[in-house]
Amino acid sequence: MKILVAVKRVIDYNVQIRVKEDGSGVVTDNVKMSTNPPDDNAIEEAVKIKEAGKAKEIVAITIGEEKAQETVRKALAVGADRGIHVKVDNVIEPLAVSKILKKIVEKENPDLVFMGKQAIDDDCNQTGQMLAALLNWPQATFASKIEVKDNALEVTREIDEGLETIEVNVPAIVTCDLRLNEPRYASLPNIMKAKKKPIEQINASDLGVDINPRIEQIKVEEPPKRKAGIKVASVEELVQKLKNEAKVI
Amino acid sequence: MSVLLIAEHNNKEVRPFTYNAITASSQINEDLHVLVLGHQADEVAKSLSEVPNVKKVIHVDNEIYENYIAENYTSAIIKHAENYSHIVSSANTFGKNLMPRIAALLDTSQVSDIIKVISDDTFLRPIYAGNAFATVKSNDKKKCVTIRPTSFDPADKSGGSAEITKSDPAEASSSTKFLKKEEVKSDRPELGTARIVISGGRGMQNGENFKLISDIADKLNAAIGASRAAVDAGYITNDHQVGQTGKVVVPDLYIAVGISGAIQHLAGMKESKVIVAINKDGEAPIFSVADYGLEADLFEALPQFLSELNKLNTIQK
Repeated sequence: MKILVAVKRVIDYNVQIRVKEDGSGVVTDNVKMSTNPPDDNAIEEAVKIKEAGKAKEIVAITIGEEKAQETVRKALAVGADRGIHVKVDNVIEPLAVSKILKKIVEKENPDLVFMGKQAIDDDCNQTGQMLAALLNWPQATFASKIEVKDNALEVTREIDEGLETIEVNVPAIVTCDLRLNEPRYASLPNIMKAKKKPIEQINASDLGVDINPRIEQIKVEEPPKRKAGIKVASVEELVQKLKNEAKVI
Repeated sequence: MSVLLIAEHNNKEVRPFTYNAITASSQINEDLHVLVLGHQADEVAKSLSEVPNVKKVIHVDNEIYENYIAENYTSAIIKHAENYSHIVSSANTFGKNLMPRIAALLDTSQVSDIIKVISDDTFLRPIYAGNAFATVKSNDKKKCVTIRPTSFDPADKSGGSAEITKSDPAEASSSTKFLKKEEVKSDRPELGTARIVISGGRGMQNGENFKLISDIADKLNAAIGASRAAVDAGYITNDHQVGQTGKVVVPDLYIAVGISGAIQHLAGMKESKVIVAINKDGEAPIFSVADYGLEADLFEALPQFLSELNKLNTIQK
C-alpha cells in the first residue's frame, strides 16, 4: 500500500496569539511555527503501518508558502520516503486545499490519505471530509485506532457519545485524532538522512484548480477580555461567593 | 429561501444540541425546515414538529440511516439541497464529520463552528481555539454552516405543530460499514456539555490524588477535566483533556485546581461563565482569567471545599 500524508504548517500551539491592530488577521512574523499537532499523529500512524510491513511507501505533502517545506522535511525525518510541496502564496480555504489534494491523489494513486482531524489555526475541520467527497472515497474521521485488513481498514472514531467503530474499504481518507498514537521524535541521524530525501515542488497555479477565496474575512479581533476577578481568603469565602454572588452552586 | 437543519438523534430521541442549532438556524432565516434521517425514528420527527421554530419536518426512514454514516447521510441531503439557501448542523462530532462532505459536493466553502449570526451571510467564529474571533462573510450562493451549540440557547420544545412530510431514501454507500458504538458509561455528565467542570493539573502530583477532584465532582454533578500536563504525566486519560489540543468547554462554573494556566489550557476554558482557580503559586497565569482565585495548597483546600459543600442545604445540579 501507498500512503499519502498531508501536513500543515501552523503557529506553534504554545504561542500566545496576537491579533493585528488593523484587524486583518493574527501576527505570524517572527512567530514560532510547527507542524499542526494531529498531522504529527497522521505521519506517525503511516510510519507504524509501514514498519508493520503493510505499506510500501509514504509520501508527505504540504501546501503553502516556501517555508511550509519544513513540515515535509520533519515528516521525512520521522519516516516518510519522499515529499511534495505545492506552492501557494496566500492562505487558501479547505475547499481549495481539498481540490489541490484531489489532483495530487489522481497523480500519485495512493491507497490511503491520512491527515490531522483539524488544523489549530483556522479550526475548520473540513479538508479530509471534503477530499473524501471529491474523490467519492469513504471517510473515517477522528480516528483513535486503525487496524489494517485486506483492502479495508477498521477504524475506531472518537465521537461525542464515546467510540464508534466502522470499516471502510480502501482507498479511503482517514483524519487522525490526538489519541491515535504518540508521535516519535526524529533522531539526529534521521534528520540528516531526511535532508537527502527528495521534495518535489509544484506550483498550485499549474494544477488548474480554482483556489480563489469564497469567504471574505471582514475582521479579526481579540475575544472580549474577562473582567478582573478577586482573590478570596479562604475556602469558606469561596463557597459563599459561588453560592450567593455567582449563584452557580 | 429556507434553511435546512440536519437533526441529530438516536432514532428514539432528539440529541440535545439539535435544539441549540434550531435557535441559530432560525436566526439565519425563520423558514426553518428540519431533515430527520433515521430508522424507525417517528418519535424524533414528531418531537421536532412540536418545536415552535420549526416550520416543516422532512422525515426519511430507512435502515441505512440507523447510524451516522456520513456517506449515506450526504447523498440524502444533496437530494434536498436545491430547495435551500443554507444547510446547517451542530459543530459537534456529528456535524463536523458530515457537513464538509456535503459542502464539497455543493462546491461551497463551509463556515465552521459559528458563535453568532450577524446576518444570513455573515457570521462570527472563533479561530486559534478561541484566541481570536473572525467575522466572515460567505460569498457562496448556497451556504453550509456548522454551529457551536454552547453559544446558542436551546429552542423551546413544545407548542408548535409543523407538517411532517415523508421522503424517499437516497443511495447507500457500499464502502463504509458501521460495526459498533461504545457509549461511555459514566454517571457523570459529558465534559463537553457539563454545567460544572472541575479540572486538575500537574499540581495534583499523581493519579490517585484525582480522587480529591472526583469526590467534589460527585457532589456537584460535575465533569472531570485535566490539563495537558496532567495527561502527559499519566495522571488521567486524555479524554479528560481541556485545551486547544483537547476539548473546548464553556460551563457555568469551571474550577481549575493545581493548573498553572498555560496558553493552550486557557484556550479550552476561558469562555466559561465563572472561573475558579485554586493554586499555591499566587503568580500563576490562571489567576488572570479567574473570577475567584484562592491561593492555597490544594491538598488542604480540596477536603475543606468538600466539607463546605456538604454543609450547604441545597446544591444546584
